[in-house]
Amino acid sequence: MMSNPTGRLTQGQFSFLPDLSDAEISLQIEYGLRKGYAWSIEYTDDPHPRNTYWEMYGMPMFDLRDAAGVMLELHACRQAFPRHYIRLMAFDSTRGVESIAMSFIVNRPEQEPGFQLVRQEGARRDIRYTVAGYAAQRPESQRY
Amino acid sequence: MSTDADLNAISDAKKRYSAGVLKYRQMGYWDADYVPRDTDVICLFRITPQEGVDPIEAAAAVAGESSTATWTVVWTDRLTACDSYRAKAYQVEPVPNAPGQFFAWVAYDLILFEEGSIANMTASLIGNVFSFKPLKAARLEDIRIPVAYVKTFKGPPTGLVVERERLDKFGRPLLGATTKPKLGLSARNYGRVIYEGLKGGLDFMKDDENINSQPFMHWRDRFLYVMEGVNKASAVTGEVKGSYLNVTGATVEDMYERAEFAKELGSVVVMVDLVVGWSAIQSMANWARRNDMIVHMHRAGHGTYTRQKNHGVSFRVIAKWLRLAGCDHLHAGTAVGKLEGDPKTVQGYYHVCRDAYTHRDLERGLFFDQDWADLRKVMPVASGGIHAGQMHQLIDLFGDDVILQFGGGTIGHPAGIQAGAVANRVALESMVKARNEGRDILREGPDILQAAARFCTPLRQALETWKDVSFNYQSTDTSDYAPTPACAL
Repeated sequence: MMSNPTGRLTQGQFSFLPDLSDAEISLQIEYGLRKGYAWSIEYTDDPHPRNTYWEMYGMPMFDLRDAAGVMLELHACRQAFPRHYIRLMAFDSTRGVESIAMSFIVNRPEQEPGFQLVRQEGARRDIRYTVAGYAAQRPESQRY
Repeated sequence: MSTDADLNAISDAKKRYSAGVLKYRQMGYWDADYVPRDTDVICLFRITPQEGVDPIEAAAAVAGESSTATWTVVWTDRLTACDSYRAKAYQVEPVPNAPGQFFAWVAYDLILFEEGSIANMTASLIGNVFSFKPLKAARLEDIRIPVAYVKTFKGPPTGLVVERERLDKFGRPLLGATTKPKLGLSARNYGRVIYEGLKGGLDFMKDDENINSQPFMHWRDRFLYVMEGVNKASAVTGEVKGSYLNVTGATVEDMYERAEFAKELGSVVVMVDLVVGWSAIQSMANWARRNDMIVHMHRAGHGTYTRQKNHGVSFRVIAKWLRLAGCDHLHAGTAVGKLEGDPKTVQGYYHVCRDAYTHRDLERGLFFDQDWADLRKVMPVASGGIHAGQMHQLIDLFGDDVILQFGGGTIGHPAGIQAGAVANRVALESMVKARNEGRDILREGPDILQAAARFCTPLRQALETWKDVSFNYQSTDTSDYAPTPACAL
């Protein structure tokens, strides 16, 4: 368990709240669809804060305008990767934005071992910091 | 208003340039028929002429004194294409409900300004004219900057879209806190506050505007302890964290030295105070562009010239200049907190920071359409006397692209700094979730917070501690246009 007040990874929009139910996730998806965003699903077993590229579970669903369809994909992803981190991301292609507009975690492993902070001490009291995931130090298939 | 023909510009060159004193409007600084060009800079001044000074002559004087004029006729004008260098006042209207005050529109040809230099633009527009005796007071209310001139500026080094990508934080306001007390903490104790706040759930901590390198805390010591706190918090939360390291110093060389060290330590952000001046700000913006750094701008000192309505420069103008000059964060007001700010007027500043195209909106104090020509956007910062119990109002007023900074509202929490941070983060996430679910947060906000407080003790304590705190004072700087009546402009 991680030592921050939530005991877990706090990335995403809603990590400080109780886990969202499927009905609550659907409401968020609908909000994004009303805004014209495209939803996509990503998963990983290496949630390092600088690990930008989680694995894509299929392509972003640009043409899908129905929350139920996104939920179907999410269920399939959860079945395939039950102990991975899974996040839903909404993409806004408006000129001048062209970036992610929403992102929240919808699946996480039961045990979240967190990260080690490695300090490399240098001259003048300078310290170089490295954040390393405990789980990521094991081979890919054995992390969670 | 006088339309007396002999008060208008003198077309006979011999008469116009014979030695002596003419009225500014006779010299050609007033042209009621002038149609501003797309490439002109347009300024709207609020002027209060001295008793007996004709408002049109006063407007012409403003145009003259902020461009080519001096108090008397000079023959050397005739060595230049002087008509194009003259700014032209072209419209004067009484300010609604403000006897003695007038709005004056003045257009400036693009040739008057050096490309990419706020220092040059301000030296013209607010140089001498604000001390001009025939005016009791003058205020630069708003400015339209032509696309042709916008494109000579590089703007925010990072911009709010790329900032979010770098921080991996989307779909909600960011959370910050200013380390308190402002002065006196040793670097070691200072870093403790940073760590506690970030571990508790904040995205950013912040140096205050007057934390530079005083006897109690040398800048280098502060940077080292702060970065220990930032990195440790990042490891225990799995999130990217930051702390605005204030690099403001006595000289630009000092600022470069401090910024370089912040970069070496892996900080994602540095901070500069507005008091360093336009040229230093543009230099730091260039440095930040070279080094992939976010620049946090604290608007220290602005209240001396932005707050009073009759004299000075409106903050919306300062915000436009800062977006061009290049900062990524800008303190733009809270509306509900302890510092000056009428809600609609403050929303106007947020538009200036974040819009791709700002539309004229008199109720919010925006007098001009402004095309930003794809210039990156500035992340506005709401800071000063706000707390978790106002979360619904803050999100309703400002939306997602804002940094909400709860300094006292984090560090003053009865159960400690981490608890204060948790309270703010839970309040924030609950409110964003509820808004997205379609709930009316302005009406249901207090209920939404109470519901979240049932599973979150720190939030319950925060709501209890600050339940009666509000700063309901009359704003000084408000729109002159009531929401309903039609406006003749």
